[in-house]
Amino acid sequence: MFRFVLRRLLQMVLAFFGTTLIVYALMFAGQGDPIQALAGERPVTAAQRAYLTEKFHLDQTGVGGFFYRYFDYISNLLQGDLGQSLTGRSIVDILTAAWPVTVKLALIAMAVTILFGVTAGVLAGIRRASIFDNSTLLLTLLVLGIPTIVLAPLAQYFLGVRWQLFPPTAGADPDFYALLLPGIVLGSLSLATALRLTRTSVAENLRADYVRTARSKGLVKRRIVSVHVLRNSLIPVVTFLGVELGNLMSGAIITEGVFNIPGVGFNLFRGIRTEDGPLVVGIVSVLVVVYLISNLVVDVLYAVLDPRIRYE
Amino acid sequence: MSDFETVAATENQAARRGPSGEPGAPNQVGAAQKPRSLAGDAWRDLRRKPIFWISLTLVVLVAAMAAFPGLFTANDPRDCVLARQHAGPSGGAIFGYDFQGCDTYSRAVYGARASLLVGALSALFTGLIALLVGMTAGYFGRWVDAVLSRVIDIVLGIPLLLAAIVLLKRVNSDSSTVRIAAVIFVLAVLGWTTAARVVRSSVITAKEQDYVAAARMLGAGDSRIMLRHILPNALAPAIVVLTIALGSFIAAEATLSFLGIGLKAPTISWGIDIDAGRVHMRESATPLVVPSAFLALTVLAFIMLGDAIRDAFDPKLR
Repeated sequence: MFRFVLRRLLQMVLAFFGTTLIVYALMFAGQGDPIQALAGERPVTAAQRAYLTEKFHLDQTGVGGFFYRYFDYISNLLQGDLGQSLTGRSIVDILTAAWPVTVKLALIAMAVTILFGVTAGVLAGIRRASIFDNSTLLLTLLVLGIPTIVLAPLAQYFLGVRWQLFPPTAGADPDFYALLLPGIVLGSLSLATALRLTRTSVAENLRADYVRTARSKGLVKRRIVSVHVLRNSLIPVVTFLGVELGNLMSGAIITEGVFNIPGVGFNLFRGIRTEDGPLVVGIVSVLVVVYLISNLVVDVLYAVLDPRIRYE
Repeated sequence: MSDFETVAATENQAARRGPSGEPGAPNQVGAAQKPRSLAGDAWRDLRRKPIFWISLTLVVLVAAMAAFPGLFTANDPRDCVLARQHAGPSGGAIFGYDFQGCDTYSRAVYGARASLLVGALSALFTGLIALLVGMTAGYFGRWVDAVLSRVIDIVLGIPLLLAAIVLLKRVNSDSSTVRIAAVIFVLAVLGWTTAARVVRSSVITAKEQDYVAAARMLGAGDSRIMLRHILPNALAPAIVVLTIALGSFIAAEATLSFLGIGLKAPTISWGIDIDAGRVHMRESATPLVVPSAFLALTVLAFIMLGDAIRDAFDPKLR
């Protein structure tokens, strides 16, 4: 177990340096004269040029200089200094303001997933090949096949604008009701996957030996399902939900953009639209770290939850 | 994350899940005159499925639209006149006109080309990378496998949409050929891992077979064994994964174009039109709904087609 965690940690560190290196190389390296780019159209005096060269270590050239500046960026990143966006706001401030909203949205999506996805998955798994099972399978295929860029604007139009059941956009400080529709849209994808996963897992465990033993002991079906089968079936579902939570926190770019929710994804959306390079790199760097850590936690959790899994 | 990753993740789980352990349907060997091949069995199974025929029809329809858009509409999608902004249906424009006064239906028809081109070529390159990496890792095993598997793990650990954003922001050219090539490159570089895992596992199964040992005893070299005996076994599962991947690549292209970093204006793409329609949805909804429906149906068709073929080819799932 310890060795597994250690190996997994090393792998994550490698992935971290790999991805940040790619992000950094693509965004900052080889962009002509960075000082002039910073100044825009205005002339740069020799003193300013000397100061900026000193500040950003631009006098180091070649591959060595590139790595020097890369480690500068990494150490800044690890110290929580992400620099400023082109509008002059500190990126850390932007993210601090955006996180609570994104977390709220992710939790709503997660609640929708668990409430409907897992419940329906258990029912479909017990009544395999029934009408309920077949129709939910078809429905989840539909949901998985429809891209968010279709689902989000259409939900906004029909439920928000046309029939006015929900507020079509969330404002600066969105309440629960304003986040409900985007939360459902965001959660629908993980709902479909969670449903399918739960269904397979339950159906598989229903045929296990311990279920037969429990039945021959004379236990009622409800007890077998709720105590014996569920406990084992939910292991893969829990780990999936863990990965999803990480994804939801980082990946609501389209949903937050469409519904105008001032979260992390929305800021990234805006950064892309307004060509705000530093903002995009800053947010992407943080999101990559969040993504890697959530994956690590889930992998370890998986090993803890299911003792049958042995990592050598 | 975005939807195309979820789709990929589902496929991944499906691949990892392996046999679901469903009790196999009783073999209907009784009436058979001659032994049937797996492909023959799969075809018999597929023929009876309405989902297969529906999705196949949709795929053929979209492919025809991409190849010969003139067959479906007589109007020029770039013939935009502001005077008929949001005008109702008239002439060949069965869905009316959008904000710029372009024919909504005609634009949706012409949008098929870019989407299908990106989807098909990304799937092709993804397949090539996956075959190369998967076959090498599976066939040679040991440290080669260890290194390549770690590479797969790391690439799989990179969030696709975020990485695509960073990579595509770097492309400054506005030429439509360059942008299409860039999107294909990005999707292929980030999207090959799932297929590579599938190929790797089928190669590992295939290389333990007796006929491979026989070929080796007859003096066949590594390259001959890999090409003649192992590749055919790895191909079928790879093609199934790639059919589904094709659908999610089309969704990915539309998502990137929607964000404004994929394909750009002179190119006609569903993603761009959805974004444009979204902005003016209060005035008129058809410019949003029509390209949305085209995109959703295309993506669905590929995913359902791949799903049906996989079910047919995987006897354990029957």
